[in-house]
Amino acid sequence: MQIFHRSTNTISRATIFGAIFIVAVLLWASIQFQRSPYVTYAEVARPQPAPFSHQHHVAGLGIDCRYCHTSIETSSFAGIPPTKTCMNCHSQIWTGAPMLEPVRESFRTGKSLVWNRVNDLPDFVYFNHSIHINKGVGCNTCHEPVDRMPLMYNFASLQMEWCLDCHRAPEKYLRPRDQVFNMRYEQPSSGKPIVVDGKSYTEQLSLGTDLVHKYNLRSVADITSCSTCHR
Amino acid sequence: MATRGLSDLPPSQRPYLADPPVIAPGHTFASVTEKIMRTVLTGRTPLGWIGGVLIAFGIVNILMMAFGYLFWKGVGIWGITVPVGWGFAIVNFVWWIGIGHAGTLISAILLLLKQSWRTSINRAAEAMTLFAVMCAGMFPLVHTGRPWLACYWLFPIPLTMGVWPQFRSPLIWDVFAVSTYFTVSLLFWFTGLIPDLATLRDHAKYRITQTIYGVLAMGWRGSARHWARYETAYLLLAGLSTPLVLSVHTVVSWDFAVSVIPGWHTTIFPPYFVAGAIYSGFAMVLTLMIPIRAAYGMKDFITMRHLQNMAKVMLATGLIVAYGYFMEAFMAWYSGNRFELYTFKNRAFGPMGYFYWMLITCNIALPQLLWLRGFRNSPVLLWMMSIIVNTGMWLERFVIVVTSLHRDFLPSSWGTYKATRWDYATYIGTLGFFTMMFLLFIRVLPMISIFEVRALLPQSRINSLAQENLQ
Repeated sequence: MQIFHRSTNTISRATIFGAIFIVAVLLWASIQFQRSPYVTYAEVARPQPAPFSHQHHVAGLGIDCRYCHTSIETSSFAGIPPTKTCMNCHSQIWTGAPMLEPVRESFRTGKSLVWNRVNDLPDFVYFNHSIHINKGVGCNTCHEPVDRMPLMYNFASLQMEWCLDCHRAPEKYLRPRDQVFNMRYEQPSSGKPIVVDGKSYTEQLSLGTDLVHKYNLRSVADITSCSTCHR
Repeated sequence: MATRGLSDLPPSQRPYLADPPVIAPGHTFASVTEKIMRTVLTGRTPLGWIGGVLIAFGIVNILMMAFGYLFWKGVGIWGITVPVGWGFAIVNFVWWIGIGHAGTLISAILLLLKQSWRTSINRAAEAMTLFAVMCAGMFPLVHTGRPWLACYWLFPIPLTMGVWPQFRSPLIWDVFAVSTYFTVSLLFWFTGLIPDLATLRDHAKYRITQTIYGVLAMGWRGSARHWARYETAYLLLAGLSTPLVLSVHTVVSWDFAVSVIPGWHTTIFPPYFVAGAIYSGFAMVLTLMIPIRAAYGMKDFITMRHLQNMAKVMLATGLIVAYGYFMEAFMAWYSGNRFELYTFKNRAFGPMGYFYWMLITCNIALPQLLWLRGFRNSPVLLWMMSIIVNTGMWLERFVIVVTSLHRDFLPSSWGTYKATRWDYATYIGTLGFFTMMFLLFIRVLPMISIFEVRALLPQSRINSLAQENLQ
C-alpha cells in the first residue's frame, strides 16, 4: 500500500538540501537584523523638547562645539548646555518664536529642559570624552557630520565591534590635535597633504602611526583590554 | 567437521558453555519482529509506563522550577561561592557526559570489533547516550544563570561585540567536542533506526502512525542497494564515532587538567576520565536494561550474556580508574610538590575526607565483587552494583571539583562548599528528564534493533551453511 504521493520523493530531496539554505539565510538575516537601525537607532532622529538644529547652529552660524559642550576636553561627559547658554542669544533674537517656548519656560521656571539622549552607551561601559579628544579623535570620527544634522541622531551603531574597530587600530582614524573640532576635516591624500611638525603626510596610515607615538597612545593590548571599558 | 559434541568434553575444556547465548533459542524471524514491534505498535500502554512517565514528568517540573528561579535570581541560589566557584553544575555535567560514553562504545567500537552481543543493547544504549548528553548540555547553558547570553560565549557567532570566545580555553573545546559528539551520536542512532522505522511503517494500522514512521523511514524499501548503502553509511559513522569515545571525555578532563590548580593539573586525567566515563556508562546501561528486560519480557534478547559482558567491562574500566586514583596519590608524593601533596592529603583526610572514602568504597572496593561469577550471574546484584558505581562516579567528580578548590594556595582564602536545595533540585530534575525521555523512547521506538537481532538467528546464516554443505 502506498501512503505517500509520488511527489514526496522530490519534496524530500528538496528539503534535505533546502534546509541548509534556510538555516544559512536565517542566520544571515539575524546577523543583519542585529546591526540594523531597528536595533541600533542609527540615523533615527529622536524627539526632543525643542527641535534644536545642529546644522543651523554649527554650519550656519559657525558656533564651535565647545561653546555648548564645555567640558568635552576635560571631562568624561561632553556636557549638555544649561538653558542659560541658549538664552545668551535667544534673549536677543527669536525672542517670540513659538518653537522656543519650552526654552523660555525653562528659563522662567528654572526647570531644566529634558533632552532625549541620542548617543547613549550602555551603563556597563566606561567612556571618557576627554581622553579621545586629547589623543586626536575628531568629533565627527564618531558623531559623523553633526553640522549636517537638522535633527540630532547617532550615526554609529555604538556596538562593541564599532568601538573595537578603532581601538584595535587607532592609526586608521587619528588626526592632529588642532583638527579635532574641524567638522570638515579630510584625511590626508596626495592632493591634500597634511603637515605635522614640519613633515608632510599624504596618507592616513603613516600620519596615524606617527600620531600614535606623538600623543603617547597606550598599546592596542591595553586599549582593547576588557577592563579598559568594562570597569 | 568433527561430530563429537561439546558435551563430550570434560568441563574444564568447554569454557564457552559457561557463556549464555546472545539470543534465547527457539526464535524465528517473525517471532523476533513481533515481540519487539509489539511494545510500540500496541493499543495497550502498560500502566507501569504511564505511572513512570507521570512521576518523571513531575520531577521534570521540579527541574523547570529550579531553572525558572535560577533565571529569575541568578546563581546566588546555588551553593557556589569563593573559593569553590565550580560546584554542582560542572559535577553533573561531567557525570552525565561520562554516562553517555557507553552508548558510543557499544555502538561503534564493539561494532568494529564484531562483537555480536552489542546488537540487542546498542539501540537503547545509544538513546541513553543522547538523553545523557542532553542532560549534560543543560548545565553549561544555565550555569551562569543567564542562558540567553550563552550563545556568544559558547559558539563563535559573528555578533555585534566583535569578539570571539577564547579559543585557547578548553571550555570552548568542550563545546565543540560535546556538540560533535551529540550530532554524530544522533546520526548514528537515526541511521540504525531506519530499517526498523520502515518495519513499523509497514505494520502500523493507522494512517497517522504510517505517515510519521514513513517520513522517518525516508523511503526505505529494503532493496539490495538500500542495504549496501546502509551498511556503508553505518560503518562510516562507526568510524567517525570511535575517536569520539576517546576524545570527548579527554577534552572534558582538560577543563581541569589545563588549569594550574593542584589536584586538577595532572596528565593522568584524560585516560582516567575516559575509563571512568565508560565505567559509569555501562553502569547506567545496566541500571536501565535490567528492569526493562524484566518488565517488557525481553530476557530472550537481553540475555545473561549481555549482563555478564557489561559487568566484565565495568570490572576492567573500574580497575583502570583505580589505577588513576593510585597514580594521583603516587604523583602527589613523587612530584615533591607540597601543594600537590597537601591537596591529596586534604582530599583524603581533610574536612571532606568522607566523600573520598565513600568514592573509594563505591568505585574500587565494592566492584571487586564482580570478579565472582555468581555475582555476575545475578541481575538483582548487578543492578545494585550499577547504582553503587553511578553513585561512586558522581562522588568522584564531586571530590575532584570541590576538594581541589576549597583549599588553595593561600590559607586565608580557604572555605567550604555546601549545596543548596536548588542544586539538588536541578540535579534530581535532570534525572527525571532523563527517565522521562527514556520512557518516551521505549514507547514510540523499538528499544532493540529488530533487523540486527534477526541477523543473530541461526536461520540468517543458512546460505553459508548451504555453501559449506555443497563443498
